[in-house]
Amino acid sequence: MNLLIPEFALIISSLGLLMLGVFKKNSQKLINNFILVLLVILIGIIGVNYKDNQNFFNNTYSVDLLSNFMKITVLIAVIFTNLISSQYLRNQSLTRFEYSILILFSVVGMFTMISANNLIIFYLGLELQSLCLYILASINTTSVKSSEAGLKYFVLGSLSSGLLLYGCSLVYGFTGSTDYYVIANSFLTSGDALKFGLVFILCGIAFKISAVPFHMWAPDVYEGSPTSVTTFFAMAPKIAALAALIRFLHIPYANFYADWKAIIIVISIASMILSAVAAIGQNNIKRLMAFSSIGHIGFILAGLAVGTKQSLSAVLVYVFIYVLMNIGTFACIMCIHRKGAYFEKISDLSGLSKNHPVVAFSLSMLMFSLAGIPPLAGFFAKFYIISSIIEQKIYYLAVIGLISAVISAFYYLRVIKVIYFDQPVDNYDPVENIGIKFSLAVAIIFILFYFIQPSLLSNIADNVALNFK
Amino acid sequence: MVYAILFLPLLGSILAGLFNKQIGDKTSQILTSTFIVIGACLSILILLRTIEHAEVLQYPIFDFVNSGSLKLHWSIYVDSLTAVMLVVVNSVSALVHIYSIGYMSHDPHKPRFFAYLSLFTFAMLSLITADNFLQMFFGWEGVGVASYLLIGFWFHKESANNASIKAFIVNRVGDFGLLIAMFLIFSTFGTLNFHDVFIHAAEFSKKTIHIFGEEFNLITVICLFLFMGAMGKSAQIILHTWLPDAMEGPTPVSALIHAATMVTAGVFLVVRCSPLFEYSKDALNVVAFVGATTAIFAATIAIVQTDIKRIIAYSTCSQLGYMFFAAGMGAYNVAIFHLFTHAFFKALLFLGAGSVIHGFHDEQDINHMGGVWKKLPFTYVLMIIGTLALTGFPLFAGFYSKDAIIESAFFSKSFFSGYAFVIGILTAFITAIYSWRLIYKTFHGKYNNTHMDISKVHESGLVMLIPLILLSLGAVFSGYLFHNIYLGEESTKFWGTSIFFLEKMKEQEVPEWLTILTPTLVISSIPISYYLFLGNNNVVKTIVDMNKPVHNFLVKKWYFDELYEYLFVNNAKRIGVFFWQKGDVGTIDAYGPDGISNSVKKIAGQASKFQSGYLYHYAFVILIGVALIVTVLMIL
Repeated sequence: MNLLIPEFALIISSLGLLMLGVFKKNSQKLINNFILVLLVILIGIIGVNYKDNQNFFNNTYSVDLLSNFMKITVLIAVIFTNLISSQYLRNQSLTRFEYSILILFSVVGMFTMISANNLIIFYLGLELQSLCLYILASINTTSVKSSEAGLKYFVLGSLSSGLLLYGCSLVYGFTGSTDYYVIANSFLTSGDALKFGLVFILCGIAFKISAVPFHMWAPDVYEGSPTSVTTFFAMAPKIAALAALIRFLHIPYANFYADWKAIIIVISIASMILSAVAAIGQNNIKRLMAFSSIGHIGFILAGLAVGTKQSLSAVLVYVFIYVLMNIGTFACIMCIHRKGAYFEKISDLSGLSKNHPVVAFSLSMLMFSLAGIPPLAGFFAKFYIISSIIEQKIYYLAVIGLISAVISAFYYLRVIKVIYFDQPVDNYDPVENIGIKFSLAVAIIFILFYFIQPSLLSNIADNVALNFK
Repeated sequence: MVYAILFLPLLGSILAGLFNKQIGDKTSQILTSTFIVIGACLSILILLRTIEHAEVLQYPIFDFVNSGSLKLHWSIYVDSLTAVMLVVVNSVSALVHIYSIGYMSHDPHKPRFFAYLSLFTFAMLSLITADNFLQMFFGWEGVGVASYLLIGFWFHKESANNASIKAFIVNRVGDFGLLIAMFLIFSTFGTLNFHDVFIHAAEFSKKTIHIFGEEFNLITVICLFLFMGAMGKSAQIILHTWLPDAMEGPTPVSALIHAATMVTAGVFLVVRCSPLFEYSKDALNVVAFVGATTAIFAATIAIVQTDIKRIIAYSTCSQLGYMFFAAGMGAYNVAIFHLFTHAFFKALLFLGAGSVIHGFHDEQDINHMGGVWKKLPFTYVLMIIGTLALTGFPLFAGFYSKDAIIESAFFSKSFFSGYAFVIGILTAFITAIYSWRLIYKTFHGKYNNTHMDISKVHESGLVMLIPLILLSLGAVFSGYLFHNIYLGEESTKFWGTSIFFLEKMKEQEVPEWLTILTPTLVISSIPISYYLFLGNNNVVKTIVDMNKPVHNFLVKKWYFDELYEYLFVNNAKRIGVFFWQKGDVGTIDAYGPDGISNSVKKIAGQASKFQSGYLYHYAFVILIGVALIVTVLMIL
């Protein structure tokens, strides 16, 4: 039972902190610090319980290596998001206690999604998470854009939830159960109907990870939401949804490999190509990051489509590296402000190399890494995926992946060009926040020196992949 | 000792080339010059030792190639042929280095110049000390590169750049032949070592090879390709066009590379490969014919040129022709003897010309000189010594070597011996005429320069004159001192195994009239030339007017450049432009990088437009997506 300590701790402390926030004035700082400490402790707890593998509540909730890996990744993403955004929130006067508590609630939802071994539990987690995200997107009530983003996200999210639920009900109707194991065992009796269910559920999840053609919300929401929320969106929910997707594909639908492989490949190719092409036209760095994340999801899906243990390990490594690259990139974006006003245009980056040489260098390295240029971490992420694809002889997927990586290099490099070669406009505020400095340092060190010992991470991922199921 | 000879120039070149900032201009000049002077002294010691008792020395350095049956090593191979070449290369190089300190005193890039000079010397030394074809080819290409760098030393002059490129490309044509010869040698003999190839040459003398359906003697083919390489390096007719243009380089370079050393590499190659050439009468005939033709051809052009350096360049070309036809007659030792003497007097003439140019502040046209022999007394005397040696005035160096060549043609039973003999005598006469023309026009007559006053013409400094004086000693005495060693009764002992004669050389009695004929012509040319170019200008004018087409033909250098321009350069350019405009820009770029990036840009624009911001568009896309995926699943 102590495997469930993290979840219980999260639920209890979020409810308790909500009370504290309501009854104690100006407690947001306290709540925020408490959450940070709590999350760090949780990483430790999950890390200690790393080797256990157990199901709870009639097989509806499973804690295994995969869930632990994904939960730790989520926690890392949330902690660093908090560190990065504290100064931003202060500058934008968004420091409300609800903000932190909403994030905490959504983390509960993500944990549930990650561990869900039952369609109902999975849906519960998804909705708990999504509802928090809708509010977070529109948390800046003074900004029309933020409200619009929240509304769009909410409406489209409802639509996708509807699709997902429809799929779930199809599956339930034909198998008589929502339990993953039962569904897995009834593939012979009700094959075709289950395929329909698969499509709708996949569409619902694809929306959450913003894969093409369910990505349309991402650029608008990324742009409209406060940058701190965008940072959060870019990482944590996607990790949770990916974990749910992996579990969903490999447990109830393990016998439908040929079918979901086709769907995933289509989505993956569409995501990679669209992100590479559409990002070229973007002027806003947050929109650019939205398209960039679509492309990365495309790569991750390509790895998932391969369906081997090796490819699963590659996907896990990719997710982890993706999270760290995003931490670094958004930390840099948070540095670009003059007298408290934040800038989001790519052209605003001009002259960054003059007055923030360290940030400029870091952002350039991050862009190189996102583009997948060796010897940075982003290269290894792509390399593992591509090599696992080639291992299974799905050459066209590998070729398309590489071509889209080449095209996407264009817009990453354009950012670097603006940073180093365009005329500076005005000075930026100095970076004083320790949280941003720390996060940026961690991300950059990881990305620059990953190549020294790449087996460190890939061994863990291999272990997770081998012990999954 | 031998190692020092070879590697000191390289060391000097590296120091002057890469560390000139640290050691300074002055030091790099002195350092490189000192190294070469040491090398020159050592070379003379080696030659003296070889004269005492001929022996072959081999000093290994390290393995070069060891792949399959191809086993080669770097080593220094010194036999009498190499010993002679060592003296030529190192002594001229040393004097040119010293001379250059004075000549280049106004140039801002002195260390670079000396680095190149030393690099050239190193490459030339590795060429002559090679014991296999590949190492020789290394030196062969090395001198080509150094020559390229030195011709284009004044890189801001477009003509210099063009000349350097021209020299390099024309040489590549010859190198191509040399490479093919090396391939053939390797495929025939299974080795590239001189020694192994040469001792087996006799076994393959009857072997044939199929080319384009015809049977050819294998050795002949190899020799002809070797000779093709030699023609490129030694500027023989057809591949000679680069040499006159190479005069764009600084004058010391012309003296060292384009008169005394590099251009003689072809002669050296033919002589070195005498064991092969001896088995191919046909190849020797070709060598003799090309050599003789070049001799007369270049001499006729030299007589109408007005640029002082170009006259000497064509003279070099012509003298190289002499060497080749001597080799073609089978008189390899005579060819090397002429190479030896020629190095001294031609370097003397070039450096003398450099001194004149220096005195005239970079004036090269002899029509704009004249009447300055009192202003440039030392240069004048030294130039006259050089001219006497070149024309073969009795007892001067050229007298011994040139007469020996003409005699060898006279005695030879070769197919072209008559042709070569007549041309040899004729060319000796023409050589004398144009050489004296140069002297008279430069130093005598009226002062013709309108750009500067005669009082500004000045004699060169000591640092330039001392090398000239030393060279003039060589020009006077090298023939007299060495003709017995190289040609006389002892000569077979001296040359040892380095030169191979199928038939033993015989001492033959030279008829009386022949010993008198050439010196008479040469001596009589002095007053004739005086009359033509100083005494009565109208005579030349009438002759020119009477033979306008012939004169033009000569001034235009037999229209070789124009012919090549028309045949090769223009067509190559046209092909190049076609591939560049149509192939690269028009096809590869347009449909490749540019085309793809343009279409990506277009698609990107469309994709951004797609993102309309309207909720119902987004919902629509989601539903379309669902429908699409269901369809995909159903089709599969």
